[in-house]
Amino acid sequence: MDTLTRLAAEDERIFLVTADLGYSVVERFADAFPDRFLNNGVAEQNMTGIAAGLAMSGYTVFTYSIANFPVMRCLEQIRNDVCYHNLNVKVVAVGGGFSYGSLGYSHHGMEDLAVTRVLPNMTVAAPADPFETEAIVNTMVKTPGPGYLRLGKAGEPRLHEGPVELPCGGFLKVRSGQGVTILSTGGMLDSALKVSQELSRQGVEATLISVPYLTPLDQQGLLQVLSGSELLVTLEEHGAGGLSSVIAELLMETGTFIPFLPLYARGEIVSVAGSQEQLREQVGLGVHQVTARILEKWKK
Amino acid sequence: MISTETLKARALQIRKLSVQMVSRVNASHIGSSFSMVELLTVLYSHFLKIDPARPQDPARDRFILSKGHAAASLYATLAVHGFIDGSELEEYNLPGSRLLGHASHKVPGVELSTGSLGHGLPVGCGLALAAKRLGRRHRTVVLVSDGELDEGSNWEAILFAPHHKLDNLLLVVDYNKIQSLGNVKDVLDLHPLAEKFETFGWHVKEIDGHDVEQIRSALDNFAEVQGRPMVILAHTVKGKGVSYMENLLAWHYKSPNQEQLAQALQELEEQQ
Repeated sequence: MDTLTRLAAEDERIFLVTADLGYSVVERFADAFPDRFLNNGVAEQNMTGIAAGLAMSGYTVFTYSIANFPVMRCLEQIRNDVCYHNLNVKVVAVGGGFSYGSLGYSHHGMEDLAVTRVLPNMTVAAPADPFETEAIVNTMVKTPGPGYLRLGKAGEPRLHEGPVELPCGGFLKVRSGQGVTILSTGGMLDSALKVSQELSRQGVEATLISVPYLTPLDQQGLLQVLSGSELLVTLEEHGAGGLSSVIAELLMETGTFIPFLPLYARGEIVSVAGSQEQLREQVGLGVHQVTARILEKWKK
Repeated sequence: MISTETLKARALQIRKLSVQMVSRVNASHIGSSFSMVELLTVLYSHFLKIDPARPQDPARDRFILSKGHAAASLYATLAVHGFIDGSELEEYNLPGSRLLGHASHKVPGVELSTGSLGHGLPVGCGLALAAKRLGRRHRTVVLVSDGELDEGSNWEAILFAPHHKLDNLLLVVDYNKIQSLGNVKDVLDLHPLAEKFETFGWHVKEIDGHDVEQIRSALDNFAEVQGRPMVILAHTVKGKGVSYMENLLAWHYKSPNQEQLAQALQELEEQQ
């Protein structure tokens, strides 16, 4: 939101619409640019239609709400009104994965990446930390067309050392190793770093790459980085159809053979309270579970 | 000002073109297309400031046909008003044509592709709000069907527009009382619709949606309404203008065969 507020000072096209969510997050923007802020009420279908109308009139519109609400509730408005007309509407969801874990399944973002990445004209990005978020928001504002930005909660740790260079479709190598390559999207990078440290302690030096963009994706660049890998792992706090599918499709379509371990939440609905890390463990995505799965596959 | 006779003649011409289009490709929705013909005619001939030579002019009025299934008479209206060539209507719904069965924004003069119901009014609210925020004077008109008002997205927008004092937004309801599977009052009753809109804060005008002078007068009334959006509840007849179609659910789906087409054209001719 800080990035958006800064950009809005330079770019008078930027407009923010929320569906009555964003307490203590949107106020700075709303106070600075009241003419380009709208709390539309708890009505996501209308929010997305309004965003389309605003974008048709020249605005670059960010819609904002928690977890599934700005995506699932109004998926058809995003598909027909925004994507079909290729409008400058960027859908922002906070609460990707289990960020709002204890609030229950309604607030778990487990299908959003799968659903948005198949929409035409759509850019889909799930940044891992505030540096990635800043780079992606900067790029989205400059890139015409629909976008989906999947965030965690506010206050995620900074994982990169400083601001990152991240062109649209780009990815970031976080750690260099040999043999095992871990591709992580969104907030799982934090876990992936811990996994790679665990692996290192066990004598396996994994390469770790943060893949915030699901679509578009610099496929050639990624294939180049992957050449020489002997085990490819994808890691995401999401169900089927997200990064794992993006990478599986890439490998199959290009005839690239690398042993593949896709790690994601396999359809299990979590209905117990717990911290984000506890809920990750519920679906087999805890740091130690992931480390064990990789070692098991690696040693085979 | 365009004469009453010319408006009536144009409406008849649009009906004739529409029924020919629909019959040629055995398409649906002639009943829904016919119920709004006078509304479209007066909108395009009298009210909307849209230049067919510059359909993307930023200062143009915006018109959204939210009941996109009735695209046949919209395309015919656009042809009659010079947005597309009349000969293109013959390609309606044929392979490769941009004149799809539901309204398509690839056609000059169509702002929004519609077909899934309940999308037009929220987008219209966005257009109207943008005009307010940007200090632009153009108007936004959305035409919905009565059956379409079952969609909750409309009611989100119906709540929104008066709250934001969108007096540059005009909603027209083609109230023909028949929806896909039956009478509106039997499927999901809208009555009392005027009171519902009034309670939500709209300025309501109820008219006979086939009387071009009543339509013209209601549209002209729009400029006088300040501080809130306006809705025209246009009471219409599904399949209006052809005796065997009027008020019959079947013509939501059926397409006239050659014999029926000839009869329809003859009846329309006699109304000239």
